[in-house]
Amino acid sequence: MTALSALLVRDMRLAIRVGGGALMGVLFFLIVVTLVPFAVGPDLVQLRRIGPAILWIGALLASLLTLDRLLAADHEDGSLDLILMGGTPLELSLLAKAIAHWITTGLPLVIATPLLGLLLNLEPLAIGAVALTLLAGTPALTCMGLIGAALSVALRRGGLLLPVLLLPLTVPVLIFGVAASNAAVAGPMSFGAPFMILCALALGSLVLGPLAAAAALRNGLE
Amino acid sequence: MALIDLANPTRFLTLTERVLPWLAAATALAFAVGLYLVWAVAPDDYQQGATVKIMFIHVPNAWLAMGVWSVMSIASIGTLVWRHPLADVAAKSAAPLGAAFTFLALLTGSLWGRPMWGTYWVWDARLTSVLVLFLMYLGVIALWRTVDDPARAGRAAAILTLVGAINLPIIKFSVDWWNTLHQPASVLRVGGPAIHSSILTPLLVMALAFGLLFVTLHLAAMRNEILRRRVRAMWLMQAHAAQGA
Amino acid sequence: MALLGPNGSGKSSLLRLIAGLLRPSAGQIALQGGEAERTIGEQAHYLGHLDALKPSLTVAENLGFWAGYLGDRVRPADEALAAVGLGGLTGLPAAYLSAGQRRRLSLARLLAVPRPIWLLDEPASGLDAAGQERLAELMRQHLGTGGMVVAATHGPLGIEATELRLGGSP
Repeated sequence: MTALSALLVRDMRLAIRVGGGALMGVLFFLIVVTLVPFAVGPDLVQLRRIGPAILWIGALLASLLTLDRLLAADHEDGSLDLILMGGTPLELSLLAKAIAHWITTGLPLVIATPLLGLLLNLEPLAIGAVALTLLAGTPALTCMGLIGAALSVALRRGGLLLPVLLLPLTVPVLIFGVAASNAAVAGPMSFGAPFMILCALALGSLVLGPLAAAAALRNGLE
Repeated sequence: MALIDLANPTRFLTLTERVLPWLAAATALAFAVGLYLVWAVAPDDYQQGATVKIMFIHVPNAWLAMGVWSVMSIASIGTLVWRHPLADVAAKSAAPLGAAFTFLALLTGSLWGRPMWGTYWVWDARLTSVLVLFLMYLGVIALWRTVDDPARAGRAAAILTLVGAINLPIIKFSVDWWNTLHQPASVLRVGGPAIHSSILTPLLVMALAFGLLFVTLHLAAMRNEILRRRVRAMWLMQAHAAQGA
Repeated sequence: MALLGPNGSGKSSLLRLIAGLLRPSAGQIALQGGEAERTIGEQAHYLGHLDALKPSLTVAENLGFWAGYLGDRVRPADEALAAVGLGGLTGLPAAYLSAGQRRRLSLARLLAVPRPIWLLDEPASGLDAAGQERLAELMRQHLGTGGMVVAATHGPLGIEATELRLGGSP
């Protein structure tokens, strides 16, 4: 266990020290949310209606942007080779990296949600619902992002490849996340049903993500 | 002593060490006078009651939000054109202060408007422009933190700051225009029908107080940055001094 | 064992094959002795061209991480750092190290976590004469405790070695 906790602590330290740290993702989230009213107009009633959707898309994009460095940085300085030669199974190491990424990127997004919800004139119940769905959904985004990061690790010019690979896979998470948020506020459907499905997706990706990413890494390091 | 003497970091440190306590005292005094004037002299608004007094914090902060970007722009010119050694130190130290004042302007504006709007935020032209300015401050800070080498970071941030300065009027204009396309939601008006002296005087004193606050904090932050760079230089020397390849 | 040969002859690839970082398209790699349940890679150290160091972590943090991740029985980090001559620099961020110092920090990793097989890809590159002498001494000590060293090199390593010449184009 010390191997995995060493990896977790190291990744968290790096995420905080390098570049803008955890706050870059939050800043991007804030920027995306700010952009939307410029496009759709400042009508507060309309913003309240589409607020959960805006927050979800903002969180989705903000999570994505930090994912490609997840594995590429270790590949570039040779750390990935050594991680492969450790005694710990690669799947678990990747899961540890995903957890570190979520704590330093996904969790701050969830914490920033209430403030951004205020900007969009959301009522407290809606803010709570969105925050809760993001809390369940951002781990799913991180774990699925692992897969894309592993697939594109050796490519030097990743560019938009990772988002292109990843975004279709995140559609179910987005659908159920927004549906649950909206259901909490209005609508005949209950919050519970889509939320449960969202949690199921998250748990499933916790398993599938590291497995598929490990397979992709082993395959790609030829 | 000529202004050029300030270019020497060591001279700058000794000079500011002597000046800062006086500046801090002047700041405290200005705030004391200003707050007294706000509470004792300035009248309540007949519509908003006493909450209008938030304006005396909100407006100076908004002025400073723009003003600090101007300070950063001048410092950026100093970096790029004259390569003044302390210019990028000045720019780097000013950015977080500017962001803080901008945030305070947003926060006080939000609290001020809440009783009238019924909500904490509206997307009216003024508040939205200040929000965009806030994002730009955060962007410059992010740039400073991402580039490791202070000299390169300084030049990059200087370019970004100047581009931002040019863009600010354009952003302000476009946001105003965007706001006219939709129902104007704001009834935020500074001061009412005319700026009476009972409002103007406290406002100016508070503005002076906040301005002094900025100068004090800015000089203190510049000192810290200079010391931080000295630590970095010592690390470099330590690494080189160690035996080996 | 010293792997010799011109550039491109496959020295690095052979080391990576042994480490398990490349999959062989034909043939087998087997280890005599050692622990049967573990792969070769888990019983080997690989020192490639890259240093696997994070510039924003200190010397101590870098070494401490690899020691914690790679090994269950580790030697104290201070010992390893002193052995490679980086004893006074534990708190220094790795970004401030020179290329030779970084190389030596990677070597410290081999000392901090005991593993029987050392796979070294041009270990002396970036080191001055004193550093190379120190490297040769460390390799001698490792061999003395029953370890194995496979090193790809261009020049002499300063220790006795069986030579394997690779040459010609694939």
